[in-house]
Amino acid sequence: MIIAEKKPIGEIIQEVKGYKRLLILGCNECVTVCEAGGRKEVGTLASALRIYFMKEGVEKQIDERTLERQCDHEYLEEIRDIADQYDAILSLACGVGVQFTAEKYHTTPLIPGVNTCFLGANEQRGVWTERCQACGSCILARTGGICPISRCAKRVMNGPCGGSSKGKCEINKELDCAWQLIIDRLRDLGRLDDYEIVAPIKEWSTERSGGPRKVVRADVQVSA
Amino acid sequence: MSLRTLDQVKASGELRTSSRLEKIFRMGHLAVTSECGPPRGSDPKAVTEKALLIKDHVDAINITDNQTSVTRMCSLASCIHLKQMGCEPVLQMVTRDRNRIALQSDILGAASFDINNMLCLTGDHQSFGDCKQGQNVHDLDSMQLIQTLRHMRDEGKFLGGDDIKRPPDLFVGAAANPFADPFEIRVPRLAKKVACGAEFIQTQCIYNLDKFEEWMRRVRERGLHEKVFIMAGMTPMKSAGMAKYMKNRVPGMDVPDEVIARLSGVAKDKQPQEGIDICVEAIQRLKEVEGVSGFHIMAIEWEEKVPEIVERGGLYPRPQV
Amino acid sequence: MADKFEPQIIGFCCKYCAYAAADLAGSMRLSYPSCIKIVQVPCTGRIDVIHILKAIEEGADGVMVAGCLEGECHFLTGNLKAKKRVKYVRKILEDIGIEPERVVMFNLSSAMGPRFAEIATEMADTIKKIGPSRVRS
Repeated sequence: MIIAEKKPIGEIIQEVKGYKRLLILGCNECVTVCEAGGRKEVGTLASALRIYFMKEGVEKQIDERTLERQCDHEYLEEIRDIADQYDAILSLACGVGVQFTAEKYHTTPLIPGVNTCFLGANEQRGVWTERCQACGSCILARTGGICPISRCAKRVMNGPCGGSSKGKCEINKELDCAWQLIIDRLRDLGRLDDYEIVAPIKEWSTERSGGPRKVVRADVQVSA
Repeated sequence: MSLRTLDQVKASGELRTSSRLEKIFRMGHLAVTSECGPPRGSDPKAVTEKALLIKDHVDAINITDNQTSVTRMCSLASCIHLKQMGCEPVLQMVTRDRNRIALQSDILGAASFDINNMLCLTGDHQSFGDCKQGQNVHDLDSMQLIQTLRHMRDEGKFLGGDDIKRPPDLFVGAAANPFADPFEIRVPRLAKKVACGAEFIQTQCIYNLDKFEEWMRRVRERGLHEKVFIMAGMTPMKSAGMAKYMKNRVPGMDVPDEVIARLSGVAKDKQPQEGIDICVEAIQRLKEVEGVSGFHIMAIEWEEKVPEIVERGGLYPRPQV
Repeated sequence: MADKFEPQIIGFCCKYCAYAAADLAGSMRLSYPSCIKIVQVPCTGRIDVIHILKAIEEGADGVMVAGCLEGECHFLTGNLKAKKRVKYVRKILEDIGIEPERVVMFNLSSAMGPRFAEIATEMADTIKKIGPSRVRS
């Protein structure tokens, strides 16, 4: 799931200062689950902003709305009839949602209210950690289900590096060394001999460096 | 291993490069290397003056590559300065800062100056250095860099498949740390580097001689000592404080309490000499270990002590090749 | 003629301890400031960030959250959740330039009638000192 984090309110205030009629637009999917931009967070942010601007003696209209997702045309259409009533939309969706909304509401300024951080999982309530870097060519079958690209700070394909110490990464004593995890897993799977298989040089062009990516399934496309 | 003459080695057909270091290994001598850190500026004297202190006591000199991610004059340029003063450089190259294009390109640059040795490393994370906000690259890791260098040299081809005009003539090295975690894969990791094509190894500095000898036993068990030349890393301690720091704050470092006790047991002004004595004793013990092919003496900012260590270690004079 | 500032304070009180203590204070005929408007909740854990913010948004000069003593919450950890939320709201208020002291959490048991009167007085005094909220719709 996409994990995001609320932007500091000071930063948001700076961005929305110039707009009189503001719509705070939340998203009911990933940002709800990571408690950054769902209905609840929209409400909290709206109230906080109203308090701030009232205190400053600045008149502002701050409305709240949460869509099922902001990365699908159909849901974004739901605000078609009200979008022009606002001077700006403060979207609490992830970077995808903010952009997709901006594309659909071409003439309305779009302001992001969260920082989109990574693809991750919910370790426990209130704690989310990174698991995937969307490299486009998954090698998890070879590494015991643990990804060296997203969980190793140096993304070494044949690790661990010399800085692995007591199962932790050299950059942060609280960060697990991905390669220690992989070795432990291979041992538990009875496949420690696989450790000596040399992972080939990675094909990075399916990753960010190859340019913006696209996935198409012709068999499900509607138009001819 | 019994000693051979240079002519005998040449006749054997075993030489793969023009590297002086390779010749010394194959002749059967214990090789000696040391290292210099380039300056945080553009004055080459900072490299050449250090090199002058040690050049007659070592077979080759490593130049570090933005060590601990602190920006310095590049290793390649420093190696060129060394070459121009008649020293044998070992180019250290990390994968942190360069993609595969730059790595191959710098390899060719080094080869164009007839630099004949390269150590393939991953590199410390940039958060340790002076540019914490920067990106890291790691397009390849150190194992893949070893493979790449061998491929360029032996196949004469770029990674992309095209032919290289005048393929690089470089003796391929890698690092090993017998003391890093987890211990159980340290020998498999060495085996992996050998399988990738590493021809010589320099280890992390050794203080726990028993653990090192255990690692070497496992290395010999797999016959790896016959496939790669292993140089034992040595760093003399300047003080008990330095020993404690390295024990507690440097990952992958094993400093036994006896070493610290020995240093703490002498007066502060006598500790540097004690540190050198410990280093010399270690060399004398490890010389007898089967599979140890040489010593890599890292006396960072203390290069002037290298001659004493080499001489008292019984490794002087160096063979003339 | 100087207007004496009469604060408007919302007091969220949990049924099992704080509200009971307030009742007891009443039966003991203890006086405490009438500017605290008590709102009974089953547990302070029922109170969320939005409730406190809404109170401030609607013009409350202060918000008091009163729950059971730590370790004695009728619902085990409701008051601990409330504690975290109160801390979070205080941080938001600080970031938007509102005095965080306007929102305070207290813990007491149902037998502590006098303590209730004490915290109510303390809260009113704090708010009187800070002054009226600058948030007026």
